[in-house]
Amino acid sequence: MAAHPEPAPRIDVVAALKEAGLAALVALGLAIPLVGFQTVERIDGLGIDTRFGWVAVAVAAVFAGRLLLIFVQGSRHWGSRPKRRFVRLGENTKSHLRIVGMIGLAFGLAMPLLPFADRYYVDLGTTVLIYVMLGWGLNIVVGLAGLLDLGYVAFYAIGAYSFALFAIHFDVSFWAALPVAGILAAFLGVLLGFPVLRLRGDYLAIVTLGFGEIIRIILLNWYDFTGGPNGLSGIPRPSFFGLEFSRGEGGFAATFGLDYSPMHRLIFLYYVILVLALITNLFTLRIRRLPVGRAWEALREDEIACRALGINPTITKLSAFAIGAMFGGFAGAFFATRQGFISPESFTFLESALILAVVVLGGMGSQTGVVIAALFLVLLPEFARELAQFRMLLFGGAMVLIMIWRPRGLLAHREPTVRLSDGPPAAEQSA
Amino acid sequence: MTDPLLRVEHLTMRFGGLVAVDDLEFEAAPGEITAIIGPNGAGKTTVFNCLTGFYPPTVGRLTLSNPRKGRFLLEQMDGDRIAREAGVARTFQNIRLFSRMSVLENLMVAQHTELMRASVFSIAGLLGLPSFTRAERQAIELSRYWLHRMRLEDRAEWEAGNLPYGAQRRLEIARAMCTKPALLCLDEPAAGLNPRESAELNEILLDIRRDHGVGILLIEHDMSVVMGISDHIVVLDYGRKIADGAPEAIRNDPAVIRAYLGTDEEEELPEEVAQDLPRGMQ
Amino acid sequence: MRGAGGMEYFLQQLINGLTLGAIYGLIAIGYTMVYGIIGMINFAHGEIFMIGAFVSLISFLVLGTIGLTWIPLALLIVLITAMLFTSIYGWAIERIAYRPLRGSFRLAPLISAIGMSIFLQNYVQILQGARVKPLQPVITGGFVVADSGDFTVVLSYLQIIIMATTLALMIGFWAVITRTPFGRSQRACQQDRLMAGLVGINVDRTISLTFVTGAALAAVAGLLVTLYYGVIDFFIGFLAGLKAFTAAVLGGIGSLPGAMLGGLLIGLIEAFWAAYFDSEYKDVAAFSILVLVLIFKPTGLLGRPEVEKV
Repeated sequence: MAAHPEPAPRIDVVAALKEAGLAALVALGLAIPLVGFQTVERIDGLGIDTRFGWVAVAVAAVFAGRLLLIFVQGSRHWGSRPKRRFVRLGENTKSHLRIVGMIGLAFGLAMPLLPFADRYYVDLGTTVLIYVMLGWGLNIVVGLAGLLDLGYVAFYAIGAYSFALFAIHFDVSFWAALPVAGILAAFLGVLLGFPVLRLRGDYLAIVTLGFGEIIRIILLNWYDFTGGPNGLSGIPRPSFFGLEFSRGEGGFAATFGLDYSPMHRLIFLYYVILVLALITNLFTLRIRRLPVGRAWEALREDEIACRALGINPTITKLSAFAIGAMFGGFAGAFFATRQGFISPESFTFLESALILAVVVLGGMGSQTGVVIAALFLVLLPEFARELAQFRMLLFGGAMVLIMIWRPRGLLAHREPTVRLSDGPPAAEQSA
Repeated sequence: MTDPLLRVEHLTMRFGGLVAVDDLEFEAAPGEITAIIGPNGAGKTTVFNCLTGFYPPTVGRLTLSNPRKGRFLLEQMDGDRIAREAGVARTFQNIRLFSRMSVLENLMVAQHTELMRASVFSIAGLLGLPSFTRAERQAIELSRYWLHRMRLEDRAEWEAGNLPYGAQRRLEIARAMCTKPALLCLDEPAAGLNPRESAELNEILLDIRRDHGVGILLIEHDMSVVMGISDHIVVLDYGRKIADGAPEAIRNDPAVIRAYLGTDEEEELPEEVAQDLPRGMQ
Repeated sequence: MRGAGGMEYFLQQLINGLTLGAIYGLIAIGYTMVYGIIGMINFAHGEIFMIGAFVSLISFLVLGTIGLTWIPLALLIVLITAMLFTSIYGWAIERIAYRPLRGSFRLAPLISAIGMSIFLQNYVQILQGARVKPLQPVITGGFVVADSGDFTVVLSYLQIIIMATTLALMIGFWAVITRTPFGRSQRACQQDRLMAGLVGINVDRTISLTFVTGAALAAVAGLLVTLYYGVIDFFIGFLAGLKAFTAAVLGGIGSLPGAMLGGLLIGLIEAFWAAYFDSEYKDVAAFSILVLVLIFKPTGLLGRPEVEKV
């Protein structure tokens, strides 16, 4: 059904100029103190330099940009949203995303074996995959259940530290300690979640932020147990199911008749995190089709309606929180074994914010989106060195823009989890 | 003598200094349609909220006798327990669907409790055990039945928020019925419906009463619905019950008429209205 | 040594705590007013405070460069400058990041605020550098309140100024809220935004003004912090913001006297905890208070309970 083409909007040039002028004026006010002046360190203390050229540029850019926005949108309201279309769920973007996902998966599986993959790239890939797994884990809490958790890094930290302590003190291998790390993180999730999950969204966010900070400060100061600011080092690396990645007899290389190369362990680590991340993903896809996953999404949509249908909101939220925490714990354990060394510096609020940014920008609930956002996060500072310092600035700004422009994320689409065709065929139906 | 499905005794709800419901008493018989009517602000939705566990009543005893599950004191239970254990389902004045989930998914969420039981908190589902698959197919079948009944079958995969208004109302009722309740509480189900849709609603509710033996408690302003299908009407004004009886009696009750017209007790009724009243009541 | 000169030590902590608390209170007012009127937590408010501090610092440096060193005048100029420019930031943030989201889903403004907070931190970091910025002491000296031989209790002039300024602002602000049309509009919007609009109140403008006044007060706090601690960096907003938010919640979110009361309490708790227990864990004390209040008494000390409409 073709809609009537809308008549080209007549743009009131004078009004547009006035509006752009106002925006430029505001920009001037914003720019003068912090852009126009710069504090510089001099021998006798702090001095001041002027950068009025930058102010002029900023004001001009805002003026031009606002005009452009007005002409492009044809409307004078910042943040007008695209109209809703009546679509079957999952229709439009499904096929494209599936292809992208398949290609991504194939590439991810093959990457370390490709000719260009040296130490640098495999390492980079491993880092990307850690954030992908963290994003997928947080996605369960934020994307599916709609609980804004700003302290996710606490579970990451618990996983890392519990694994490190078990490995260092009790000589437990990575594979044995991994489930323990996850269980401890899940346990912490239940402990922290139980008193606070009935709070409203905003309050829950702040409280989880507080928890994250409390955990970090404890890790920083409990010197005897956690090594304080020095952290824990000497964390053993994983073995290939018993075979150490060492030179010489009995090592991985010798057993498989290969020349020793440090790449072997790196590639192994890459595949370990790949498998862990894929398990997280498959779990999410599966649980959405089950009652508990569906309850998470329903809770996100309307908690009051859920209560009226007999769903206990607290227990349901707790399950999402704990399971999300568990995957964070797994990722933490991996992080510890990959680095060989951990310290509280890796577990700041900034990390939580980064993981949240990955989930939000990817489209809350979208698995593929998380991958793309994680790629941006890790690769941007690598491939655009000049832009590295702008990374967080861009991410912060992007979060604001996404909320205004496309609150459901760039790639969010929702696949329904069940279809009528999944039911019994017509012959079986009762009258 | 069978227990009433719902017995409300001395129900009082106070918000600070405001008395929203004042010592209300009524009964709803099983398999009957009971309507609660009254001018705006009379406290009708507050009564619902007390019955369904959203507000704990200040005073009162709310006894639900579920023929299959036994007797429950609703004033002591949380909202989700009332729905899950006692078997009370409700719809809302401002429709509360899961807008971004599909029509079918909305109905599947309603069957959460049974599916969780069948899947042992979803674990059997994770493992793909046949007991869960069977339960899920049964749930889909029940959903299909209600979709068919509400003429939504061909829109099962639509995003619920995209349905037209009347369809959303029907979906909300279907969703409530999928919880297999003993008592169905409908908060202004006809609000915003045109006469044809209201007539269809009447049919749906009468069918529900006939086929499923469910008791229906109904808040409504639309008199074509109230008078058309109710077996029993309770009238509230300023939180107090001012009338209780069969539709015919209520229709002619002067206290009810006064409440709706807003005249004082002592004032004379307008000529046009007084003409219609039986002698002795003027 | 802790404990020596017990009474005097206690008194000093009291003074320090009240000073700190006054500053938290000023920031907390911004949180509580915004929450009261649009029901969202302005996560970026801590960064507004930080910007206020930076604008103050830069103003001092500029005045120093052009040779204006008479302190009372310099203070006045810096105060006005900081309040002015920081208010513009407050206004702009509301217009850009929050107003478009008024109809959106419940978490959208909060996520936007988090993004804005990250953006502003990095914005200042890039423009002014990541290192700490020191300022020559502007106001020095004080007088001895008590002296036990073991410990001397000092009340500095700066502390007096901080407390006096806060008191003056509180009284002025209270007068504005209760006596002026803006104050009435503010209170009306807080109670029922839709109705306020229907009776002719310009809701958008009231909300903007709320943000502006909150920012102005945070700017004063920023100025006072710059003077008091003598050193600032782009990250001070995060911690101060969290504590001020805790103060607002403790006092009762939406309540103006609650914000100040909460601020003073948090300041006192922080000062005493650091003095008598482990100063490393003083932040944990503040965060724990936040968690405990939200779990056990979410309406805080002076707030009114919210009834959920179904």
